[in-house]
Parts: sequence; C-alpha cells; structure tokens
Amino acid sequence: MTGATQAVIAEGLTKRFGTFVAVDRLSLAIAKGEIVGFIGPNGAGKSTTIRMLCGLLRPSAGRAVVAGFDVARAAESVRAHIGYMSQKFSLYGDLTVRENLRFFGGLYRVPRRAIEDRMRIAIGMAGLEGRENALVSTLAGGWKQRLALGCAILHQPPVLFLDEPTSGVEPQARRHFWDLIHRLAGDGVTILVSTHYMDEAEYCNRIALINAGRLVAIGSPGELRRHELGGTLYELASPALGAAVAALQSEPAVIEAAIFGDKLHVLMRDTIASPQALLAKHAITAGEPRVITPTLEDVFVQLVSRPVQQAAP
Amino acid sequence: MNLRRLLAMAFKETLQIWRDPRSLAIALLMPAMQMGLLGYGVSLDIKRVPLCVNDQENSQLSRTLVQKFVASDWFRIAETLPDERAVRGAMDRGACAGALTIPVNFSRTLTTTGTASVQVVFDATDANTTDIAIGYAQGAVALANQDVASQWLSGHGATAVLTGTVDLEPRVWFNEGLDSRNFIIPGVVAIILGLVGAQLTSLTVSREWERGTMEQLISTPVAALEVMLGKLIPYFLIGLFDAAFCLCTAAFWFQVPFRGGIGTLVLTTALFTLVVLGIGYLVSVRIRSQLGASQIALMLTMLPITLLSGYTFPLDQMPGPIRAVSLVVYARYYVSILRSVFLKGSGVGQLALPILALVLYAGAIIWIAARAFRKRLD
Repeated sequence: MTGATQAVIAEGLTKRFGTFVAVDRLSLAIAKGEIVGFIGPNGAGKSTTIRMLCGLLRPSAGRAVVAGFDVARAAESVRAHIGYMSQKFSLYGDLTVRENLRFFGGLYRVPRRAIEDRMRIAIGMAGLEGRENALVSTLAGGWKQRLALGCAILHQPPVLFLDEPTSGVEPQARRHFWDLIHRLAGDGVTILVSTHYMDEAEYCNRIALINAGRLVAIGSPGELRRHELGGTLYELASPALGAAVAALQSEPAVIEAAIFGDKLHVLMRDTIASPQALLAKHAITAGEPRVITPTLEDVFVQLVSRPVQQAAP
Repeated sequence: MNLRRLLAMAFKETLQIWRDPRSLAIALLMPAMQMGLLGYGVSLDIKRVPLCVNDQENSQLSRTLVQKFVASDWFRIAETLPDERAVRGAMDRGACAGALTIPVNFSRTLTTTGTASVQVVFDATDANTTDIAIGYAQGAVALANQDVASQWLSGHGATAVLTGTVDLEPRVWFNEGLDSRNFIIPGVVAIILGLVGAQLTSLTVSREWERGTMEQLISTPVAALEVMLGKLIPYFLIGLFDAAFCLCTAAFWFQVPFRGGIGTLVLTTALFTLVVLGIGYLVSVRIRSQLGASQIALMLTMLPITLLSGYTFPLDQMPGPIRAVSLVVYARYYVSILRSVFLKGSGVGQLALPILALVLYAGAIIWIAARAFRKRLD
C-alpha cells in the first residue's frame, strides 16, 4: 500500500476525551475512487474519526494521511483537498443558495472564471434551479443536504467526508443523494460516508463496521455477509418465538439467536446440530430450518454483540 | 492571508448583519436611543433648587434678600410659609430642599448694628446638592450685602471708603459656562461606542458555534486571521458610522463646542473602535454561546467604562489602587482625548500619551484575538 493509490490512510488512530476512548487504535486504508461506508451505533466513534481525518480534532495517538497530507502536521493542506459535510446541517440559513455557494467558492479560492460554471453545476445537482435566490432556511431537508454536498465539492476535492448526510431525509431524497455520491465516485472522488441506515451500506464499495471506538470489520458487503458471522445462519418458524430465543441462547452450539420478523434467525457454530433438534430438547416446536444468506444487519448485530476484546480484527 | 477569502468572509458577514434585525437594531437604534437618554438624562448641574421661605418680617429689605436668592436661577421659591412649624412640615414632606428664615427684627437689627442673621436649613440627604446649594446661598447673601452696605453707608452720610480689599476674579477656561453637559457628552459618546461595538462583535463567532456553521467554516482552508478580519471589517465600518452619528449629535445637537481637528478625532475614534471590536471578538471566540458572550462583553465594557473612565466620576479623586486599575480601562484614554479635542482643541502632539496607550491596546487585543481562534473542535 503506498500513498499514491491510497486516498486515506489511518494507522492506530486514537482519540481520548479525558478517560473516555472515543476512537481506539483504528487503522484503515481507502483507495482512490472508493466509496467506504462507516456503519455503527450512535456514539461508536464514526463522527470523531471523520473529524480527525478532516483535521478538526487532533488525534491523541496514531496518524492519518489524507490526500497525501498528514492530518496533524499539515491540517491546512488536508482542508484544501477535502470536502466535508458535518452531521448537523451547517450552511448559512440566512444566506441564499447562491450566496452560500459563492461564499464557499471564495473560501476554497475556486478560480473566478470557473465559479459561475461550478455554481450552476452544483445548483443543477441539488435540483435547485429556479430557487437560486431562496434563503437556505426555507428549503426542505433533502434540498439542504444536496446543497451542502454542492458546497463541499465546489473546489473539486479528491476526497469527500460525509457524516450521516442522509439522516432525517426522506427515503426518496436519500436515494437521489446516493445517486449523486456514485456519480462523484465515478469521477474518481474518494468518499467516506457514515450512516446508520443499513440499506445504504449496500451502496458502498466497502463497509467499515465500527463499535465502541473500534473497527470491528471491513470489507465489501458480500465479503462481510460471507465471512464475518463465523457460523451458519438458519431461519426457522416457531409458534413460541420468545421462549425459543431464550432456550437457544442457553445452548453452547448456538452463537446467537434473534427474532427476525415472524421468524427466528439462529447462528450455529457448525452444521452438526440442528436448531430444530435443540428446540425439541426444550419441548418447543419449530418448523424446518433453512440455511440463509445473512443480511448486513445480521452481520452487524452479531459483530456488535461480541465481547469487545474478541472484536479487533 | 488571502484577499479573496478575506473578501468572501467580509461579504458574507455583511449580508448576515443586513438580514439580522437584532444586529441592525444594536448597530443603528441603540446609539440614537442612548445618546438621547444619556445626553439629556445625565447632568451634574444643580439649578432652581426648591426653597421654602419663611419671611417673618416681610419688609422691603427682607424681600430684597429673597429676590437675590431667586434672581440667579439658583433657587426657586417652592412655598411661602408662615412659621417654623410649617417649615419643618414642608421639609418633611420633601416640598423643598432648603428653607430660608428671616427673623421679625431683621431690618432693625441690620440698620442699627450693621449686621443681621438669617437662617437657611438644607435637607442634606443629598449631600452633593446641599453642598452646592450652600455655596449658592452664600453667593446670594454676598450679593445682598453689597447692596446693603452701599445703602447703609449712603444712609449715614458717608461715601464708600477705600479700604484694602482683594477682589478675586475667577475665569474658567475651556468650558466657560461651567456647563456639565460639555464635560459629560464626550464621555457618553465613548460609552455608546464601547457598548455597541463589543455587543456587535461578541455575537459574531458564538453565533456560528451555536448554529453549527462553525464546523463547516473551519473545515475549509480559511485562515484564523481571515476569519477575524473578515468579521471585523463590516463592524468597523458600522462602528465608524455610529461614532460619526454620536459625535455629530454631540457637536450639533447638544452644542458641545468643537475646537479640535477632524483628523485627530477620526484617528483616535478608529483606534478606540478597534479596541472595543477586538474585545467583543475575543469574548466571542472564547464563549461559545451567544447569551454568555453578550453578557461577558457587557460586563467588560459597561462597568469599567461607566465607573472607571472618568466619564462622570473624576479619576484623580479615587483611591490609589482603583486609580491603578483604571489605567487598564481603555475608555479612560478615549474619554480624555475626546474632552481635550472637543473643549481644548488639542492635537495629536498634545495627546501623544493617551493615543499611544490606545495604539498599544488595539495592537495587543487584536494580536490576542487573532491567536485565540483555533480551527479545531477540541
């Protein structure tokens, strides 16, 4: 791995706030043009990691190189080469669409002859034609988010950090937003995007699962589904779902059992024992088990519920 | 430092001020309101002190004496009372601040012996006013004495004899009318500029923290110095506009004599404006809530400027330690400069010391403020 092909490299990145470790020795590398999704529960350290990569927080230990610049030593160079969308909407509500774009264009020193073109592209991308002179505070959530993305890419940064860009945005607008992200990645932009929507994880080239400040797993959605469970996943029906889960969780052959819709998902260490047979021991009837491909949510729940000391890859 | 980014900051800030009714009110309405309130409300002159008169004799001579009290606008007759008991009652009611009692045999004693006594009683709950009123009463009696003396002498067939008397002829310079307004209004201008300036900038950074726009702003390559100057430029122009308004009101509306040079005034006012804007900005950088920043800015400007700038309370009468504290109150230099420029017509040469103090202050505040802003969240 060299800096020439990696847009983002983090090595042992750590952030402590007092005695609380928000991010714990996180290492990852993101190749140019890749879309990597940061997935994890609230407070897992996603935002803290992104802020360190943007040079907004100083790492307590470890180092990170973004677009070829060290985030601790060359934070200003990092800032000039990234676009950032913070978790909370942070454009100026009392400025119009054009005024916001022009302001950020000025801060990023977008060449004067290019600024009008870039602004037009950003306005088109956000679908804000005809509302250029509307105050941003009057726009609905989806438009605000797309405009924020527009402001973040005016200077055509090679790396984009998007911190939960779609939270609180309606599903259709979320879909539209992801189309934009894919278009940017197609142009060679490297994108690190955090989300807590599982369905969005599927849109990423790779997913980094974060829990309690640690990187739990990283890989493509397919890889994670295939390898990360450490067992075989069965789905089966039972009239007594609650009792069945309790009974299965007491069995050593069962890694995890959970109710999933109107069925049970049971993760078995091996294929020797059948969950149906185990339930029979407890006098609980159950349907025929079926081996299924786990969803990312299965993987996520399983990885997050593991004791932390086993979790580090 | 990049001009493009600086201008982008300044332009954005101007738009935000323009669209924020609260900022506009502070910038444009507050100076006018305060100029009116403080300019009219604050006066140290004591005139037309209400006086009760108990003239027990009611002779020509006694009426002449009473006339001397009211002739000069020093006193006005609040009530004419028949006896001592009524005087007592009037003082208790607060109907008058003082009472003049002329005894029954006043004229006879005066014409036979050449001296007679009258009594004035003052309500000394307001010690300062009483002190001045006693002076006025002595003045009134002295005026009466001159008349009485010449009448008495001529009445006894004698002409005024030349004796060795020394006349004191007081002349007061720079504020010939001893009008306290001329002394106070320049101080009022300093107070208003201090308050308005620091209030305006105290909100400018804390607002960005509160609204969350700061996180986006500091993720860009904008430099701390560009943020500061970009934010200060529009407020500096507003500050100068407010200063021009206040100073013109002082000179043309309140008729404070202006004898100095415009250049000196502009230079020192610009320096003072920089200091107060810098203080507001510094507070704003350190305090991330708008309310907190506004309160602290008020505390850092209002209290020291009103109490320790010499605007009403003379600094050289204060105890040593407090005088020492007042040396760091930037407003005292501007207040003394304004008074000198207005009333004495002093130029930059005579004012070198206070100007130097302001220059040092402005430099230090701006330097500290520029370094206080960190482009980090931790």
